[in-house]
Amino acid sequence: MTLELRNVTKRVGVETHIYETDLTLATKGFNILLGATNAGKTSLIKMMAGLERPTSGEIRFNGENVTGVSTQKRNISLVHQFFVNYPSMNVFDNIASPLRVARESRKDIERRVHEAADILKLRPYLKRRPAELSGGQQQRTALARAIVKDSSLVLLDEPLANLDYKLREELRDQLPQLFADRGAIVVYATSEPSEALMLGGHTATVMDGRVTQFGETSGIYRTPRDVATAQVFSDPPINIASAQKRGNEILLGETRFAAQGPIAARPDGTYTLGIRPHFVTSTPAPNSAAVSGTVQVTELSGSESIAHFAMGNDVWVAQSQGVHAYDVGEKHDFYIDTTGCIFFDGHGALVV
Amino acid sequence: MSAKTQNERAWWFVLPVVLLVAFNALVPLMTVVNYSVQESFSQGVWFWSGVDWFEQTLHSERFHAALGRQLLFTTIILLIEVPLGIAIALSMPKTGPWVPVCLVLMALPLLIPWNVVGAMWNIFALPDIGLLGYTVNALGIDYDYTQNALAAWITVIAMDVWHWTSLVVLLAYAGLVSIPDAYYQAAKIDGAGKWAVFRHIQLPKMNRVLTIAILLRFMDSFMIYTEPFVLTGGGPGNSTTFLSIDLVKKALGEFDLGPAAAMSLIYFLITLLVSWLFYTIMTRQEEEG
Repeated sequence: MTLELRNVTKRVGVETHIYETDLTLATKGFNILLGATNAGKTSLIKMMAGLERPTSGEIRFNGENVTGVSTQKRNISLVHQFFVNYPSMNVFDNIASPLRVARESRKDIERRVHEAADILKLRPYLKRRPAELSGGQQQRTALARAIVKDSSLVLLDEPLANLDYKLREELRDQLPQLFADRGAIVVYATSEPSEALMLGGHTATVMDGRVTQFGETSGIYRTPRDVATAQVFSDPPINIASAQKRGNEILLGETRFAAQGPIAARPDGTYTLGIRPHFVTSTPAPNSAAVSGTVQVTELSGSESIAHFAMGNDVWVAQSQGVHAYDVGEKHDFYIDTTGCIFFDGHGALVV
Repeated sequence: MSAKTQNERAWWFVLPVVLLVAFNALVPLMTVVNYSVQESFSQGVWFWSGVDWFEQTLHSERFHAALGRQLLFTTIILLIEVPLGIAIALSMPKTGPWVPVCLVLMALPLLIPWNVVGAMWNIFALPDIGLLGYTVNALGIDYDYTQNALAAWITVIAMDVWHWTSLVVLLAYAGLVSIPDAYYQAAKIDGAGKWAVFRHIQLPKMNRVLTIAILLRFMDSFMIYTEPFVLTGGGPGNSTTFLSIDLVKKALGEFDLGPAAAMSLIYFLITLLVSWLFYTIMTRQEEEG
């Protein structure tokens, strides 16, 4: 099964929500839409669901054009960021609702609802109404409604965003199993790079209404095609600065280090250097080069220390293992692992 | 940290409310209670009469008739205004330039004072010169609310529906627009029809505002005075003499202060009791639903 977006755009009034987009999604693994809030993930999902019609372009399902087909006539499940269940029905009836609309037999409904309830550990709550459930139970009910249906397209729009940390981890582990072997195309929208990496599958990075890259999740993380993709797929945000290549050396402000990797073969000139925060630490290592900056903000997570520091006009983030003390407002030396540097040319494209 | 100062000064802050409630509610109410248990012949001559007036009122056919008319009236207008209000709210646009237009149009009747509404409908429905009365008669229907009890009832109910359905509309509309789009999308994806959306999403989500709407409409219609008084004066005969009209007749027309006081206390208690019943039943339903 495939879901194909062909030259799809979406404009509302004078605003463009989605610029021309081509995307082909398949059944294998999750298809993750990764991007910040308002990047256009929900617009894409609504168009895939048929809740909104693209301004131009086509949506094809298994090669068939379904652009104008109403949502009711498509076999779709959708789970929202907000816990959406029917307030007047108990959990059983909520899960059963898509089956009832499809006029399945009473016996079938009972069997399938119980199956779904078992998978999502909702058995004890079948008699309760949504208002009497915790957030996690409400969202599990919504997920049960999505899996009970055997739909060919499952759309999950930040389904874990409103859950607390513990539940989020638990459900995130379960999700890929839930939808494995169901033969459905699963689309999962998230704003967290770490979530995309944990779920695996394929990722489309979305920024300001454009899909900047689509491919295998880990591949995109390792070699983002351009600066925008690298920025979307990094948390804390990737450090960016302008750097010069001169001969065999890279000049980053007053720091110089040897050019290695693909950049070594490129002509001299100005490039954009990108380096993920975990390659910038406060302890020197064999391959590292020192940079210094004024510490602005520090965050401690226990296993990691994060420092935001100003270097010229750029603000960088350093992510070091262990607990480090930084004096805010003071100059501090940081060490960049030069093997972690990636370079983009004048058009923002990755140097390969 | 210093130790907390212990004194009674806080009571001064409560005093304004106590005074307000005393002059606003307690003193007038106690005056009524005072009247209801005594008989007055002339100024300054009082006799203790105990619960006589209450017994008399509760056994009086006149009271029964007025209470019956009152209950019938309230039931009818609730049965019309609540469904009609919901239906209008459902058909109003949710976004776009027509929203403010609709809201203002809906709010207009609510802005007109009660006695003006009564006077308007009084003239509007007159069979010889009123637009409505003349038209209906011209169509061959014999309609004269000043002579015919049924016509009087229809006119009073039409007037109340015209005046107050907007309140239900505005409350129901507020409930409707607060439903997130996600619910409608979920229903669409399940393939639910319009009725299912109404029954399982819109109605349960409007539950709270509808409770308020029904409660307000009950209390207001149960205590209705000015509009029917101006429109029909309680007539023809006693056919539209509701409780409050009857009460005023008794207290100010006949100057039967004792029975009138007893009646107004009973009236007050009935209103309180039914409001409480409505509220309890509806909030319990909500807990279950």
